[in-house]
Amino acid sequence: MFKKFNIKEDIATRSLVKSSVQRNIRSKILEQYNRLEPVIDEVLPKKSSLILVKCHEHINLLTVNNEILFFQHFDGPYYPTLRLLHKYPHAFPRVQVDKGATKRILSGANIMCPGLTSKGARLEEALPANTIVGVFAEGKEHALAIGLTKMSTDDIKNINKDIGVENIHYLNDPLWKSSIES
Amino acid sequence: MSEQDTPAPSTSASTAVQVIYCGVCSLPPEYCEYGPTLSKCKEWLQEKHSELFDKLYSQTNIENDVATLSLENKPTNDAEDKKKAKVFIEAAKIERELQKKMASKVTITRIARNKKKSVTNVGGLQNFDIDLKKAAKNFASKFACGSSVVKNNQGIDEIVVQGDVSDDLYDYILETWPNVPEDNIELTEEKKSKK
Repeated sequence: MFKKFNIKEDIATRSLVKSSVQRNIRSKILEQYNRLEPVIDEVLPKKSSLILVKCHEHINLLTVNNEILFFQHFDGPYYPTLRLLHKYPHAFPRVQVDKGATKRILSGANIMCPGLTSKGARLEEALPANTIVGVFAEGKEHALAIGLTKMSTDDIKNINKDIGVENIHYLNDPLWKSSIES
Repeated sequence: MSEQDTPAPSTSASTAVQVIYCGVCSLPPEYCEYGPTLSKCKEWLQEKHSELFDKLYSQTNIENDVATLSLENKPTNDAEDKKKAKVFIEAAKIERELQKKMASKVTITRIARNKKKSVTNVGGLQNFDIDLKKAAKNFASKFACGSSVVKNNQGIDEIVVQGDVSDDLYDYILETWPNVPEDNIELTEEKKSKK
């Protein structure tokens, strides 16, 4: 999604979110990531001024204190950014890929099933299709991508072919590099 | 391998994990090896977070030693060499870009509009990672005049400052952005001499 993205040029509008809308967003995020509940006040403090940055191609960014926390495409689910995922790695479902896949993911490739089922990889939780997951690498501590499962984990194990997790946001992609300036 | 490296999931999720990011390539240091600036990242890490450096690279060093040891017996590994060459080429590429950047010029041009009035045109600031919009705003408040970002006929953004402020601009640029070398600023007059 972010292969071509230039924060400087792509920002359309930037607006302070009303507190009622902010509550809405907050509950939506909690609905999606119920494991985020204990830390939600840290992530989205109630008194914080949440700024919604609308970008071209229907990308919305939620920022607090000039930090991009979540992004959203069209009306879809809220994705956490990698920096947020690094801070709260346990608040999101995780999958782990083997070593061979690391390099490809960092250049933006989708994750194929074999990379998720081989020896170094891990699929600990049973996840349905279309779940937002943090992608971790074998032998590394931090996540390297945010993905969207294309099939359930059971299917990934059984079919073991084609795209298992779509790569949404990865280390060093334009979104990672971009920072919001006030 | 995977078991010892993944953090225990029991660590409480309620506190934010502090992640160190590499100052050179902005990735978490463990991913520096996938970036093009590994050698520089290593230097940075050693300087700033030597503990982490030891943790990350001591193992690979040993592995390298083992590799070289075993290499003495075997004929040289072609694939390895190629990989190294590739990394080297990429590093050189970045170096070259940096040099190019250092060589790029900032041009300050005074353009006469009618007999008494003139505008000052500043081009090339974007090569030094300067936000043109902000710079224009700064100029406007500094010199108390209109200042804006305009595309020139080649489609490159330039800053146009109303009034003749070329000499002041020269000093101001040097003052505000020390990364712009003095030799790279060119003062010119009239449109003819403009690059």
